[in-house]
Amino acid sequence: MIDRLTLLQKTDAKTDAAAEASGTPMPAPSDVVARYALGLGDDALMLAQRLGEWISNAPELEEDVALGNIGLDLLGHARALLTYAGSAWGKTEDDLAYFRDEPEFRNRWLFELPNGAGGLDFAFTILRQLVASLYFGALYRRLAASSDAQLAAISAKAVKEVAYHAEHATLWTLRLGLGTDESHRRMTRALTDLWPFVGELFDPDAAADALAADGVAVAPESLRDEVLAAIGAVLEDAGLAVPDVPFAQGGGRLGRHSEQFGRLIGEMQALARAHPGATW
Amino acid sequence: MLEREARPRPAAAELAEVWDAAAGVLDPELPVLTIADLGMLRGVELDGDVAVVRITPTYSGCPAIDALRADIVTALAALGREARVEVVLSPAWTTDWMSDEGRRKLEEFGIAPPRPRGTDGHVALGLGIRCPQCGSLHTRELSRYGSTSCKALWQCQACGEPFDRFKEL
Repeated sequence: MIDRLTLLQKTDAKTDAAAEASGTPMPAPSDVVARYALGLGDDALMLAQRLGEWISNAPELEEDVALGNIGLDLLGHARALLTYAGSAWGKTEDDLAYFRDEPEFRNRWLFELPNGAGGLDFAFTILRQLVASLYFGALYRRLAASSDAQLAAISAKAVKEVAYHAEHATLWTLRLGLGTDESHRRMTRALTDLWPFVGELFDPDAAADALAADGVAVAPESLRDEVLAAIGAVLEDAGLAVPDVPFAQGGGRLGRHSEQFGRLIGEMQALARAHPGATW
Repeated sequence: MLEREARPRPAAAELAEVWDAAAGVLDPELPVLTIADLGMLRGVELDGDVAVVRITPTYSGCPAIDALRADIVTALAALGREARVEVVLSPAWTTDWMSDEGRRKLEEFGIAPPRPRGTDGHVALGLGIRCPQCGSLHTRELSRYGSTSCKALWQCQACGEPFDRFKEL
């Protein structure tokens, strides 16, 4: 298989331009650190994009605003991570977000999946937020102590914001899990649909595993017990059970994506590709 | 740990002038607060003739940061100075850096200010959030997220007014 990411390296050295655009002079990361940051940035970017679909569609106005703001926080994490990754290859955050094709994205499937059955299922969205924010919280808490100063700084900032996301998802999970028969039934159905994609979060990631020994990255497998225990505890409080379904194979970190992913990035990229270089 | 770092106005006249120009820039989403009130201004220095202004974003995704960057450059241009804005992520911004003056101005503007965090990072549990309109403590949260990530939406049970509360971070 061709490693599509190596194509990123065959560019002129625009690294200084990328650093200047971000306003922060920082040393560019090595290729492997950049690949690690790219995977994390893509996770945040895709979930931000999915959350944006709720704006004007949520069950109540306050949720339009809440999910939109949570998505905005995630977009902020994605911007910082993609800017850092891109500086290794002379690419800006926009180059990476808008001008990569499907196999060059490195996000896990959990973050790219549509918002549940029908594309706007609130139960699915809340459960994904629960999993995502508990996972991000555990990841960023560890990564805040990374020996890579930029990854540590981005993570220390993100961990405080993600704590609010986890609280929001937890409160909704409790309300819906313990709510009416209907809300409980729909949470159970959504959980069954979602659960197969949780396992991929802990699948090996070549860049992370190469860097974990040096204290730069967090090996995904090392998060498994902590994250699953945290999710299980909230589900139990909400009267929901971890479903008895096997984890699916993902392969997002290898550039393999779901059928719906093409439509997601199509919508995300259409404007930037139709008007290259356009600014607000 | 409480990160209430001292970031004093520089003593040297030339730097103090740069500081004052940057310090007065207003947050476009909270137009009563300056970046100095918010504790976003981290330092100024001169790189040759270019003024370097360091700021820390309040939230990772805060859309105001690009506007602030442009406003700082404009404020320095009024002094006839070229400026460069550098964004510093570490240590992460905390509401504890907001000045007392900033908290007072927020409340006057109708936004309940963030409470101070304790030295262990936890927020002291108060009796309630005070309504910035009527001062009643009989208030309740409507939504954990308000018009921006940094705010939650509350309502006063006494006067009935909804209001924003700046969340502790």
